Amino acid sequence: MGKTLAEKILSLKSHGEAEAGDVVIADVDLAFVQDTTGPLTIRQFKESGFGALAKPQQTIIFLDHAAPSPAQQLSNDHILLRRFAEETGCRIYEVGEGICHQLVAENFANPGDIIVGADSHTVTGGALGAFATGMGSSDVAVALALGKTWFRVPESFLIDLKGVFTRGVYAKDLILYLISQIGADGANYKALEFGGEALAQMTMSQRLTIANMAVEAGAKVGLFPGDKITQDFLMEYGRGDNYKPLYPDTAANYEKVIPVNLDQLEPMLSLPHAVDNVRPVTRVKGVKIQQAFIGTCTNGRLEDLAVAAEILKGKKRHPGTRLLIAPASRQVLIRAIEKGYIQSLIEAGAAILPPGCAACLGLHQGVLGDGEVCLSTANRNFKGRMGNPEAMIYLASPATAAASAIRGEITDPREFT
Amino acid sequence: MPDLVLKGKAIKLGDNISTDDIIPGRFAHLRSNLPELARHILEDTAPEFASRVKSGDFLVAGKNLGLGSSREHAPVVIKMSGVGAILAKSAARIFFRNAINQGLPVLLCDTDKISDGDELEINLTGGMIVNLTSGFTLSCSKMPPIMSAILKEGGLIPYIQKHRDFKL
Repeated sequence: MGKTLAEKILSLKSHGEAEAGDVVIADVDLAFVQDTTGPLTIRQFKESGFGALAKPQQTIIFLDHAAPSPAQQLSNDHILLRRFAEETGCRIYEVGEGICHQLVAENFANPGDIIVGADSHTVTGGALGAFATGMGSSDVAVALALGKTWFRVPESFLIDLKGVFTRGVYAKDLILYLISQIGADGANYKALEFGGEALAQMTMSQRLTIANMAVEAGAKVGLFPGDKITQDFLMEYGRGDNYKPLYPDTAANYEKVIPVNLDQLEPMLSLPHAVDNVRPVTRVKGVKIQQAFIGTCTNGRLEDLAVAAEILKGKKRHPGTRLLIAPASRQVLIRAIEKGYIQSLIEAGAAILPPGCAACLGLHQGVLGDGEVCLSTANRNFKGRMGNPEAMIYLASPATAAASAIRGEITDPREFT
Repeated sequence: MPDLVLKGKAIKLGDNISTDDIIPGRFAHLRSNLPELARHILEDTAPEFASRVKSGDFLVAGKNLGLGSSREHAPVVIKMSGVGAILAKSAARIFFRNAINQGLPVLLCDTDKISDGDELEINLTGGMIVNLTSGFTLSCSKMPPIMSAILKEGGLIPYIQKHRDFKL
């Protein structure tokens, strides 16, 4: 019988035949924590009594969520994490290096790898064909100790993509549309597997945006095949040797097939306070926004900043709207400076934040006030997510955020592209 | 190890209670001070919960409980509040696993049959819930044997301390 991508990877890594519904123990190629889940993970690791990491060089701590730290308690958590790195020899990425998921994509994820992270958006690595999934602190602590973990092999939904994005429509619009179709729990415990003729034109940046939000439909992973685009990306980042082609079998068994024609998509928006509360931008136009935030593991990459810079170049943000930009990594920031995007954004009135999670999770760098509205390129708009339960968060593409920052209200980006 | 038969009162919540609802991200600076963190349980969504909950009560939710962030602090603060078990129509994947890893039973069943304040008796071994107030009996979906084994040891860390490896 044919295998899905999820079944293929879990078969390989569990050294057996893994079929949807089975429970397997699989090797972990990379395990990581970030600064808000890391301290609990470390305490649990120490409690487990193992002492040494199974794979120090494949264990990473990222200081990205509170970066730089806004509070003494978080600074002390950072000290704990740095000490752990010194004691165990694991890798650590300091404040300012960027968001864990972007750094995993740039430096570590390969087709066929298993990656576990103490962060729900670990699914981002699925863009490179890695079985990458978020777990809690206990599970990651044990993965650090054993170098393996257990999985129930998920059933897969095939998302069959055809066509091309039309003007003003991007990967974010596709994944928001898809989440609205599946529902916030519609893919609970499942794998989303992306396929179809549209993939040949779909950049790694777009794939990362899509895989990143698989968890917002409840999915365990959001998997792309390992193809020419994966190979080119790995070569660009100096690890072309790690490439191997990875495709599902033609006779793979999918629980569901969801066809999407990119030609027919339009700019989409997720409304407060649920990610699957999605409408076309044309139906929400005119809502006043006090803050536009472009960045995060969903949409803080070079292509995203390019789109925003193109729209904002030579224009100004609306006086009533703050514009915050946080590149997803140091490398993204350097390239965006080289290409002149940062100059255009700053001239348009943007505040550039250090590479990291920034305003996304309500700790710092853009906490909203009572009754304020933010249009964000992030992946979650739950009540209170950006630090204030009295605020409203809309989610959209960088193009929609840039256009809306100019007008001071939710705006169709096609008016500017 | 959790008791095999639990008795307590239902505290009912709605659908789609996220881990941000359970413990908002803005309190991340308290995550290394769990007793202080736990004071903010459900503060934005069900502010009365913290004062209502008594040791042995059940948190009874609708669908997709615990969606969102992987923060294990969510089941940690629920357990610290005294909740004896979680009942929901469905639970998000990471939250479900985290709760079991904390030794906190999660039972998936038709929670529409339970009203706020109902007295429940839960048999963990058989996966049966008797609603002592209404007289209804509910059956729960089974979890994989490895999760039952982890729960039986009181959570993943005690499980791994004892077995030193996963046993399928």
